[in-house]
Amino acid sequence: MNAPLIRIENLYKDYVTGAGPVHVLKGIDLTIDPGEFVAIMGPSGSGKSTFMNIAGCLDTPTSGSYWLDGQDVATLGVNRLAEVRNRAIGFVFQGFNLLPRVSAEDNVGLPLLYAGVGRAERRRRALELLDRVGLTRFAHHLPNQLSGGQQQRIAIARAMINEPRLILADEPTGNLDTVTSHEIMELFEALNRNQGITIVLVTHEADVARYARRLVHFVDGAIEEDGPTEALLARAVP
Amino acid sequence: MIAGDLLRESWRALGANRMRSALTMLGMVIGVGAVVLMLAIGQGAQFMVNQAIASMGSNLFIILSGATTSGGLRFGAGTSPTLTLEDADAIAELPAVKAVAPVAAGTAQVVHGPNNWSTLVHGTNPSYFQIRDWTFAAGQPFDEADLRSASRVAVVGQTVVKNLFSAGVNPVGRIIRIDRSPYQVIGELAPKGQSLDGRDQDDTILVPVTTAQRKLFGNQFPGTVRFMMAQARSAQDMKRAENEMEDLLRQRHHIGPGQDDDFSIRNLTALAKTAASAASALSFTLGAIASISLLVGGIGIMNIMLVSVTERTREIGIRMAIGARPRDVLSQFLLEALMLSILGSLAGVLLGAGAAWLVTRFVSMTVVVTIWAILLAFVVAAGIGIFFGFYPARKAARLKPIEALRYE
Repeated sequence: MNAPLIRIENLYKDYVTGAGPVHVLKGIDLTIDPGEFVAIMGPSGSGKSTFMNIAGCLDTPTSGSYWLDGQDVATLGVNRLAEVRNRAIGFVFQGFNLLPRVSAEDNVGLPLLYAGVGRAERRRRALELLDRVGLTRFAHHLPNQLSGGQQQRIAIARAMINEPRLILADEPTGNLDTVTSHEIMELFEALNRNQGITIVLVTHEADVARYARRLVHFVDGAIEEDGPTEALLARAVP
Repeated sequence: MIAGDLLRESWRALGANRMRSALTMLGMVIGVGAVVLMLAIGQGAQFMVNQAIASMGSNLFIILSGATTSGGLRFGAGTSPTLTLEDADAIAELPAVKAVAPVAAGTAQVVHGPNNWSTLVHGTNPSYFQIRDWTFAAGQPFDEADLRSASRVAVVGQTVVKNLFSAGVNPVGRIIRIDRSPYQVIGELAPKGQSLDGRDQDDTILVPVTTAQRKLFGNQFPGTVRFMMAQARSAQDMKRAENEMEDLLRQRHHIGPGQDDDFSIRNLTALAKTAASAASALSFTLGAIASISLLVGGIGIMNIMLVSVTERTREIGIRMAIGARPRDVLSQFLLEALMLSILGSLAGVLLGAGAAWLVTRFVSMTVVVTIWAILLAFVVAAGIGIFFGFYPARKAARLKPIEALRYE
């Protein structure tokens, strides 16, 4: 129906180390349509995070092509890439990555700062987003005064503030307990279902992956399996 | 990014490390303070020299009698009384010379009522006031008639007035005693201040040169003076006037070719120029030395900014991940450096001006804080902020988002 939001072809990523080049991604082909909810699983070192960083325009591939929303990312300059990270993509990290000395409200509003939005408008929208993640009363708290789950909600609110079409989450529940993990996943699920935001997340936990409708399995820098979550998970656990 | 937001972000970053920001600024405070103070001292010296030069009179020569030679011993210039009042009259006729004043000087005790004072009495002619560009606070100079009749009239300087007369007394018309003889005060000179060599020019009494010769200092060498002051018609005529005077005096003193002059002519204006250029060299040197501390302050800023960039690598990564462009990061760090240097230099200007005030107040030294010195220090400090802030800021802006994010 729609043009794919992410189209990746023959993507390679090498790291040069003292012991010679290490091939982290070895020819990834992946297409993700708007509105999908995709989980990426795989053992440590299988290249999931590297893939996410490239998808999030934080890193560049060694070779291969990446079209985001029909645009060849390789042709974009540093300023356009910053704009893509600012408006088109919301990135959620395992370690939250909030600015430590900045209030929850200002952390949420930070992307708007770089979008050139005035202070009053930033504040208004940050409070709106905080309300959506249920943290209005923590607006003036610093990140270290909040629990891990609350911090991740702040980070999600921040990722959402410029109304991106795509949210990339790299092990968003990796630092959280089970109950909090489910709360966070329900938040993602709601965003996907109610607003049609495309979500791609990396996780180690099958319980977390179950929220996604599609599962991509990475092994040793390549995609081994790609299909409906339930079917793949059912087969993986005999 | 909006300018106001940029300012707020930078201010917050500096506020997060108050002690460090303050210490970094201290470098600039001291640097700018030193520049402002040193320039003030240099300007003060220049001001004093210029004032002394202005008080001396313009396009001046001093003509000294030759050295005495007695039994192979040569005495200093002016010891042989070769210059006469007739020489002075002849010099006054020269085309390039505007005026000439013979001077016979000596120390004398002066008394008025219960007060007495020892001062330098100059015997001279009415041209002296014009040559020295010396105006009157009250009364008038003596004239040619006084000169011819060697009248006992005196013109007094401010220091003498202060020491001989009680406050509020008008000295003009009063009789004072110079070496026991009565003189009528006919004029009171306007204050002139210190000369180039630091003498108090107002500590003087002027009388007609004939009176000084005949009635005051005895008559050891009748009709002679130790020195004369001459003024050229203009600055361009200085060289011509000097040549004319030399030729005339050699001729009048019957000095044959190859024989040494029995007089010497000194160009006071050239001397003054030397003093002025020495003062401006002093000013420049002081400023240059102080600038070194400004430079050190700038390096301090660069140092701290480099530390700050390294420390905040992760923050830079986060900002880039959510959409900060390299130029946003660059401006933020550059602005932080600029804020440090500008705030530091503001405090430095206050410190320097305060120190200059203390120097004027407690050390008897003229210091002049000019708005230009302040502006210069300020602009240089801002320039240093940008110059030394740029390298760390560019380093921050060139970080790759993923590498910055991974930094621990």
